[in-house]
Amino acid sequence: MKKSLIIASTIAALTITSSAQAARDHIDVVGSSTVFPFSTVVAETYGKNTGKPTPKIESTGTGGGMKLFCKGEGIDTPDITNASRRIKSSEFELCMKNGVTDITEVLVGFDGIAFANAINGPSFNFSLKDVYLGLAAKIPAEAYQNGTEGDMIDNPFTHWNQINANLPAVKIKVLGPPPTSGTRDALQELAVEGGCKNYPAMKAMKSSDKSQYKKLCRGIREDGAYVQMGENDNLIISKLTKDPNALGVFGFSFLDQNGDKVKGSAINNSAISFESIANGDYPVSRPLYFYVKNAHRGVIDGLDGFIAEFVDEDTFGEEGYLTDKGLIPSPENIRSGFAEDALGAVKLAL
Amino acid sequence: MNNLEIVKAGLNKRYAKERRFKFYGIFSISLSLLFLFFLLFDIGAKSIPAFTQTYINLDIEFDKKSMKLQDQDSYSEETLFSASYSKLGRNALYKLFPEVTERKQKKALRQMLSSGARYDLRDAVLENNDYVGTTQNLWVLAGDDIDAFVKGLIDRNIPEADRRVKDYQVKWVDILEAQNKIERRFNINFFTSGDSREPEQAGILGALKGSFYTMLVTLLLSFPIAVSAAIYLEEFAPKNNWWIDIIEININNLAAVPSIVFGILGLAVYINVFGVPRSAPLVGGLVLTLMTLPTIIISTRAALKSVPPSIREAALSIGASKMQVITHHVLPLAMPGILTGSIIGMAQALGETAPLLMIGMVAFVADIPQSILDPATVLPVQVFIWSDSPERGFIALTSAAIVTLLVFLFFMNLIAIVLRKKFETRW
Repeated sequence: MKKSLIIASTIAALTITSSAQAARDHIDVVGSSTVFPFSTVVAETYGKNTGKPTPKIESTGTGGGMKLFCKGEGIDTPDITNASRRIKSSEFELCMKNGVTDITEVLVGFDGIAFANAINGPSFNFSLKDVYLGLAAKIPAEAYQNGTEGDMIDNPFTHWNQINANLPAVKIKVLGPPPTSGTRDALQELAVEGGCKNYPAMKAMKSSDKSQYKKLCRGIREDGAYVQMGENDNLIISKLTKDPNALGVFGFSFLDQNGDKVKGSAINNSAISFESIANGDYPVSRPLYFYVKNAHRGVIDGLDGFIAEFVDEDTFGEEGYLTDKGLIPSPENIRSGFAEDALGAVKLAL
Repeated sequence: MNNLEIVKAGLNKRYAKERRFKFYGIFSISLSLLFLFFLLFDIGAKSIPAFTQTYINLDIEFDKKSMKLQDQDSYSEETLFSASYSKLGRNALYKLFPEVTERKQKKALRQMLSSGARYDLRDAVLENNDYVGTTQNLWVLAGDDIDAFVKGLIDRNIPEADRRVKDYQVKWVDILEAQNKIERRFNINFFTSGDSREPEQAGILGALKGSFYTMLVTLLLSFPIAVSAAIYLEEFAPKNNWWIDIIEININNLAAVPSIVFGILGLAVYINVFGVPRSAPLVGGLVLTLMTLPTIIISTRAALKSVPPSIREAALSIGASKMQVITHHVLPLAMPGILTGSIIGMAQALGETAPLLMIGMVAFVADIPQSILDPATVLPVQVFIWSDSPERGFIALTSAAIVTLLVFLFFMNLIAIVLRKKFETRW
């Protein structure tokens, strides 16, 4: 009893003293859960090749990562943040305000959003408009049985073939990620909003009433046709195999690993594949970035080495090991530009 | 009708009621047992593939040229560490299948081996420096797709295009199998290495040690603090005091606060104010201490209350001080109850992920933590990370990690039961 009290107080004392000189010997990375699988592979390879401490990668989401990253310049802040979209100007300003003025932007590659169903189910070929009419909470009335133009109605569609006669006659049931997920943002901004823009009235609304436009063009239906799953994509895949008519929405790397269970739908006549995402034919894909705090270079041991490993051709190039994990590399000239920026610590200006 | 007849008339009904009540009890117990067995069986069955690993037997030629070594008689440790090992495994495979020339097939052939094979070869050379320049017959770790195929997790009858293992790879595996050059072995890696993004190289030791350190900090802090607090509140605190009532209500409320709130508190106080390193078991333990304190305080107070007043009175009557009464008599008698409460609190803390999210312990940590200040993750977080990974091999690893978590919990309980038996007294 007495002994444990002594130990406890020693630990408490240790806590307070350790805070003073907590020098860090590992690289600290935070940010997007979409970049996480790629970032971790690079970290592991770096650690094993050099024998240095393996960088620690936290999956905080893009926004959460930016908040931590932009908090300041001390070594108790992360060195790198991963992002599944470009840094927002508001985030950039926050960084500037907190003294994080010198950061470098690196484009890692691209990630496609797959609409997939079980391998034995019907095949789909959507246009973005189909996706919008299938998933939006409210749709223009003219899209449904000669409704009055200009009105917005609650989404009445129950089967895909009601939207487009070429689609299979199955019930609309889409299993997808929750609002906290970056995949969900991409689904809303690239797919649903992408289809929404096909209506001139909506396009006009974008300039006149932007918040209303966002609400109508990105709102996902909540009447049961869109089933919100957790962040766990493996769970979506196992549900899809049990219900061949249901569609699931997840990142391309999961489709790539589970090609024996699920198949991806084509969008705008372009089947989802490595090549179609890379050359931009497949429309629902997003860029993946990481941002480096240049003030930490030379302070945190190995930071330059880790970045060099990340932008190596054998890592994020056409034949790099990240492609085995489902990363879609960016075109060569863009890639080499970002690699130079990364190695030369070129300062980002928005 | 006299009384006896009235009783007799209702007797059958009352017996039937009792039988029904018993049946409901047995029914609910067997239902929960059924669920438990189903759960354990499902997890157990799914975890089995994770405990074996596929290895391929190869004649590895450690030639100096492929290792990018200068021609010397002996080499320093650093030179051997930084030598190139990536070509050794693939050269051996190319030699075994000389007919493979096409680029894509060559890549597939290379991927038969784990990307970690080169580090195993490096370790082998570091251990036996005289390997350099010789050819050794070694068992090399296979890649995760081949591993899944050998374990039967990938069906060879489905169309080739839908399969991660292509027809030519199936052929190579069959050839190797015919020559007894491929075999499944016990997966020692799982117990000796940290996390990895390659399922065949991933291990649980990092998370296990992280959980151990975190629980150690939690126990060392929460047990003495909670027991002292409970003793004060139960034995010394003035009754019907306004302040004490407030404290009691707050402790009871704290026990019901969602755990993530403690994580936010930990982030704001321990990390931002005191500067405790993020992601370390120390800060994890501190946060989980907050969470377990109310549980242990409440159960300790209940245990102290259940010690018969006669024991206290007897001790006081022969001249023991209040302090002596507590440390010599009340506390030892209450110990079994206190330990039960502590183990419930610790078990809760062991399974917690939400508060750890805020303090950076939900992270990819490949190195095994060596102290309470190193970055670490814990078992439930490892379960979460693996269950969210796309590679097929992680499904079995997830279940295996759950099994490890259950075994850890079992040992924690075992220690508590042994201690409880030691302290148990009957009167």
